Amino acid sequence: MADATSINTLPAQPGNWFDRVPPAYWVLGLVLLVAPAFVSPFILGEVFSRALILGMIALSLMFLGGYGGMVSLAQMAFAGFAGYMVAVFGSSAVVEISQGWPWWLVIPLALILTVIFSVAIGWLAVRTEGIYTIMITLAIAAAFFYFTRQNYDIFNGFQGFNSVEPPRLFGVDWRGNYAFYFLTLFWAVVCYAVVLYVSQAPFGLALQGVRDNPRRMAALGYNVTAHRVAAYAFAGVIAGLGGILSTWQLSQISPGTVSIGAAIDILVIAVVGGLRHPIGAFIGAFVFVLLETFAKDFLITLGMAGERFQLVIGLGFLLIVFFSPDGLLGLWDKFKASRNRDPLTGEDKGERPL
Amino acid sequence: MTDASVMTRNDNSAQGGAGYALELRDISKKFGALEALGGINMTVRPGERRAVLGSNGAGKTTLFNCITGDFPPTTGAIRFFGEDITVFPAQERIRRGLRRTYQISLLFTGLTVRENVYLACRGVSRGRFSFIRPRRGDALSQTTEELVETVNLQDAINTPVNELSYGQQRQLEIAMALSGAPRFILFDEPAAGLSPTERVELINILTGLPSHVGYIIIEHDMDVALRVSEMVTMMHNGRIFKEGKPAEIEDDPEVQALYLGGGNE
Repeated sequence: MADATSINTLPAQPGNWFDRVPPAYWVLGLVLLVAPAFVSPFILGEVFSRALILGMIALSLMFLGGYGGMVSLAQMAFAGFAGYMVAVFGSSAVVEISQGWPWWLVIPLALILTVIFSVAIGWLAVRTEGIYTIMITLAIAAAFFYFTRQNYDIFNGFQGFNSVEPPRLFGVDWRGNYAFYFLTLFWAVVCYAVVLYVSQAPFGLALQGVRDNPRRMAALGYNVTAHRVAAYAFAGVIAGLGGILSTWQLSQISPGTVSIGAAIDILVIAVVGGLRHPIGAFIGAFVFVLLETFAKDFLITLGMAGERFQLVIGLGFLLIVFFSPDGLLGLWDKFKASRNRDPLTGEDKGERPL
Repeated sequence: MTDASVMTRNDNSAQGGAGYALELRDISKKFGALEALGGINMTVRPGERRAVLGSNGAGKTTLFNCITGDFPPTTGAIRFFGEDITVFPAQERIRRGLRRTYQISLLFTGLTVRENVYLACRGVSRGRFSFIRPRRGDALSQTTEELVETVNLQDAINTPVNELSYGQQRQLEIAMALSGAPRFILFDEPAAGLSPTERVELINILTGLPSHVGYIIIEHDMDVALRVSEMVTMMHNGRIFKEGKPAEIEDDPEVQALYLGGGNE
């Protein structure tokens, strides 16, 4: 699995943060801001908003996997847990369970409980490494799925909760396609920026040290277990935010949201995008959502059975991973390297293509 | 010279380790049926510089691993400045001023020289979980730069570790060991793989350490080991078999036979 690279940060870089943002980010930001003017409400909601939300949940996995070397399949469970907590303590159509508390109490409470849940799971998972971490978090995701399906007192069993809607704030109906898109865009950008920032802060640097050499980190005075558990807590907040937004977008939360398939989807998104940089989570999410949304139509256009759309999705991912184990970010790196190579000698020309 | 299996010349019968930087009592380490260490007794005074010598497999690095908590001894007790640290995890020992370098460089190769030293400094200070990026000029960043200068790596301070020469990586190991006001350092073959010029630099760094900082150095290069130490402990087959001053060890026929290649073995 590719490691997230450290960005040399300790020497203060010249200029302010505004100068340090690469031009490509400004272009991307502009595109995302004006996108609602050019795409249909369906595309805006089902592709853009959905991809940003899944990207946030995959970002939490990227943080753990890329910076911490811990591949967790429980991130969807954390997201779903936050969504459930919003439904349980806030308002929904299931008035027998939902408490109807105000949003300013419900959202922080949901996130705090999600962090506690993440810490508990992280405390178990960090005692393992590699494939065993994947297995234990998969087991936890499966256990949470079956628990929500069978528990009716808190999680309302198979039916879950519907009519879970975002609050009306500042006179805006945040369920509207445009308002909800900008809400998800805002939080996706915040999460992305925070992950980038933290990766360069002492906590993030130490996490990368723990990933590279836990024994050495202990010999430097770090509590390796505590650092790993703290990483789960941090990732839990990001996954929790994504889970709340997802619940609001779908207006419902049910065991299907936290199914094993959904948990694996998050891993697929993170791997397809690339684990070595936070942007990979969002790239992977866009590709995943595009395939998920249009694969069926694509097959029908070709005169094939639309029910086999999962096959197209699977083949798409297979091709990406086959040609680049580092996901789409790895493909981009290969492309840049090939453009930078002298065609006659094969040596690096030392020029950086834009 | 004294027989170390009984007690060293620095040793006395005082219990509790008062006055010693490091005190090892009956340390043994077994890996299954293999006894890597047996009956190790050693006391080192604060500020004392000691070399631990022996052939490969003598148990030197295993001894370091027991002292630093990389793995616990099977039996025995370890006291550090009077405090029993036998069951302490590695990070607690480090926070009490114990440092070490590793025989094989265990650096963070994806990070720069500055980031490696900064991590070492941060590990023994508050704010290990800080989410705030360090600023240029803060105390820890200044300490980081000073340590990098101490080992003459200032020109490579922003270089990723995987682009450093082997000798530079060993120097970086030393800078990391010096972070956070160490009281006692364990150097595990710091001269291994260094060029003659780099060895001279290493000797200068070690002899230039503050007098209150003691250390134990494992080193196969006898020239380096004997020049930077005031006491020498010889190990063989997991046991201490001789201790003495460098000159005494050099002249000892048993040591020569076993280690220096001067005997008939």
